[in-house]
Amino acid sequence: MLDAYRWMVVARVTDERCLSLQRQGRIGFYAPLSGQEAAQVGAALAMQEEDWFFPAYRELAVALVRGIPLRSIFDQLVGNSLDVSKGRQMPNHFGFRDKNIVVPSSPIGTQITHAVGAAMAARRRHDPIATIAFFGDGATSSNDFHAGLNFAGVFGTPTIFLCQNNQWAISLPREKQTRSATLAEKSNAYGFPGVVVDGNDLNAVYRAVSEARARAVRGEGPTLIEAQVYRFGPHSTSDDPHRYRSDAEVAAARERDPIQRLARGLVQAGVLEAGAEKAIWETARGDVARAFEAAEGAPAVDALSLFDDVFETRTPQLEAQRSGFAAGAGSGGGTP
Amino acid sequence: MTEMTLVQAVNRGLEEAMRQDPDVLLLGEDIGVNGGVFRATEGLFKQFGADRVIDTPLSETGIVGTAIGMALYGLKPVAEIQFLDFIYPAFDQIVSELAKFRYRSGGQYPCPVTIRAPYGGGIKGGLYHSQSTEAYFCHTAGLKVAIPSTPADAKGLLLTAIHDPDPVIFLEPKRIYRSVTGEVPDGDHRVPFGRARLVREGNDVSVFAYGAMVAPATEAAEALAAEGLSTEVIDLRSLVPLDEEAVVASVEKTGRAVVVHEAARTCGFGAELSAILAEKAFFSLRAPIARVTGYDTPFPYALENAYLPNAEKIVHAVRATMKAA
Repeated sequence: MLDAYRWMVVARVTDERCLSLQRQGRIGFYAPLSGQEAAQVGAALAMQEEDWFFPAYRELAVALVRGIPLRSIFDQLVGNSLDVSKGRQMPNHFGFRDKNIVVPSSPIGTQITHAVGAAMAARRRHDPIATIAFFGDGATSSNDFHAGLNFAGVFGTPTIFLCQNNQWAISLPREKQTRSATLAEKSNAYGFPGVVVDGNDLNAVYRAVSEARARAVRGEGPTLIEAQVYRFGPHSTSDDPHRYRSDAEVAAARERDPIQRLARGLVQAGVLEAGAEKAIWETARGDVARAFEAAEGAPAVDALSLFDDVFETRTPQLEAQRSGFAAGAGSGGGTP
Repeated sequence: MTEMTLVQAVNRGLEEAMRQDPDVLLLGEDIGVNGGVFRATEGLFKQFGADRVIDTPLSETGIVGTAIGMALYGLKPVAEIQFLDFIYPAFDQIVSELAKFRYRSGGQYPCPVTIRAPYGGGIKGGLYHSQSTEAYFCHTAGLKVAIPSTPADAKGLLLTAIHDPDPVIFLEPKRIYRSVTGEVPDGDHRVPFGRARLVREGNDVSVFAYGAMVAPATEAAEALAAEGLSTEVIDLRSLVPLDEEAVVASVEKTGRAVVVHEAARTCGFGAELSAILAEKAFFSLRAPIARVTGYDTPFPYALENAYLPNAEKIVHAVRATMKAA
C-alpha cells in the first residue's frame, strides 16, 4: 500500500513538473492525470503481470505500477533517441511491449475494440488472461465504445472496460455527454455488468477491478467499471479550464484528493507515520527532476529513422525517398 | 493446377493459409454459417469451426478494431468487409490505428491484419455496392494495397497478404468473381507484391491497369492489333508497393502511356502513375499520357455502363495517343 502511495505521489509530482516544463518550452505538450491517481493505481494493481493494457494518453500512473522506469517515461515525453517508440508521438502517448502496455493514439475510444480483439486472441490461444481498456467519459460517446462493448458482450470476452469519468471531456461536462444517469449503466444494453465506484478510493477501485478480472478469467465475460473522479488540471497544456468551469468547483473536488485520502488511511492503519509523507514527496521530486534532466540530455532522434517502421522492410519508394533525404535533396527523392 | 473462378481462388487461398498456420482466422459479416455473401468463405466454417471463422455483429469498426487487437496479440486475422463501399465506419481504425501501429510504437507492435473487400462496378450495385476507392488507402502510409485480376493471382497475392508482416488492403474485383476462370497452382502458391505482370507485350503504347480493368485493356489491345498497333498491357497487381521499374521501363520502350482505372479521375491512382512517368520517363514520352477512368461523379445505377471504362474507351484513348505525335 505504501508503494501505491509512492506511485501516486510520483505521478502528481510528474504532472506538476511537466506543466512547468511545457510552459518553459522544454517538452511540447502534456496531459495531466491529477485527480485520477487512485483510479489508475488501483486498477493497475488489480491486474496481473501477463494481462494486457490498452491505455489512452493519460495513464501515466498505470505505467509506473507496471514497472516502467520514470526515465523511460521521460525519454518519451522528451522524444529523444532512447524513447522505445523512437520519438514518433506527442508526449503521453507511450507504450511498452515488454509490459504489455499497448501504444495509444490520439483519437478517442479506438483502443476499446483493440482490447476486445486481444481478449478474443488470448482465448483462442487458451491464455488465462484479461485485457483492460482505459478511457474517459467522453469516449463513451464514441463509435468504438459501442462496437467494443457490443462485441465483448456477444463474444463474452475477458475484458475490463475502465472508464475514468473525470467529469470533463475538454470543455464538455459529463451531463452534456449523455443523458444516461450513470456511464456504468450503459453496460445493461450490452448484456453484462456495470459498476460505479468512487475513483478517489484506491481500495474500492482495486476491489472492483479484482472482481471484474476474476469474472473475466473464469469465462464469465466483460465488466464496465465507471470510476468517478475529477480532473483537477486542464485537459492538456493546450486548454484553459477557466473558460468553462469555476474555481469553486475545482476547489471542492480537491477536497476529495485521492492522494490525501490514501495518506489519511495509511496513517490511521499505522502503515505510514504521521508526517512521513513529506519525505516521500521530496524523494519523488528528486527522482522526477533527475529523470527529466537525463532524458533532456540524451541524444536526439536520428533523422534517417524517419523512414523506419512504416513497414518491416522499406518499399522501393521509401528507399528512394530516404536516399533523397540523406543526400540533402529534400523529400522528393527519386526525381531525375 | 486446378481450373477455378476468381472467387474460388480466394476461397482456396484462405483455406491454404488456415491449414498452414493456426494463427490465421477470419472475421466478418455473414462469413461463417452463410459462407459469405459472395461465397468467398464457403465451407470454411464447417472445416475450421466458429473459433476461426467468426460471424461478427454488423459493425465495420468493430471488425477492424478487434482484428487489430488480435494482430497485436500475435494472430494473423483476415477481416472481410462485405463491400468496399461499407468500409468507412472502419476508416478511423484503418487510417489512425492499423496503418500506424508499427510506426507509432517504434516497431514494438507490428499489426499484420489483412482486410479483404470486394470492390468495383459492373454488377448493377449502384452508389453503394460499386465504388473503387483504392486511392484512399494508397494515400495512407503504412498500408499495402493489392488487387488481383486473375484466379491464380487472387490466390497468390492473398497468401502473400496474409503472411505479410504488415497490414494489407486486399481488393477483390467482384465483377469478375465468376466471369473468369483460370488455372490456379495447388498448395502454397504466392505471388510477391511489387512485381507487375506483363499481360501482353507490345511496342507502340503501354496500357496500365489492375483488377477488373485488365480484361477490357486486353480486349482493347486485341482490337488494336487488328489495326496493326502493338499494345503492351501491364497489370500492376499491387499499388503499394508499386513496381515503378516495370512501369517506367515499359514507357521507355513504347513512348506512350494510357492509364486505366474505374475509380474517379481526380486524385485517382492514375494521377500518381502519370506523375511518376512525368518524373521518370519524361524524355521517353512521345505523346501526352492519357487516362481512361471513371468520372468525377458518384457511381450511377442506371448509367453504370456509361460510367465505367471499357475496351472501346481504351481503344479511343490509345488512338488519340498515337495521333498526338
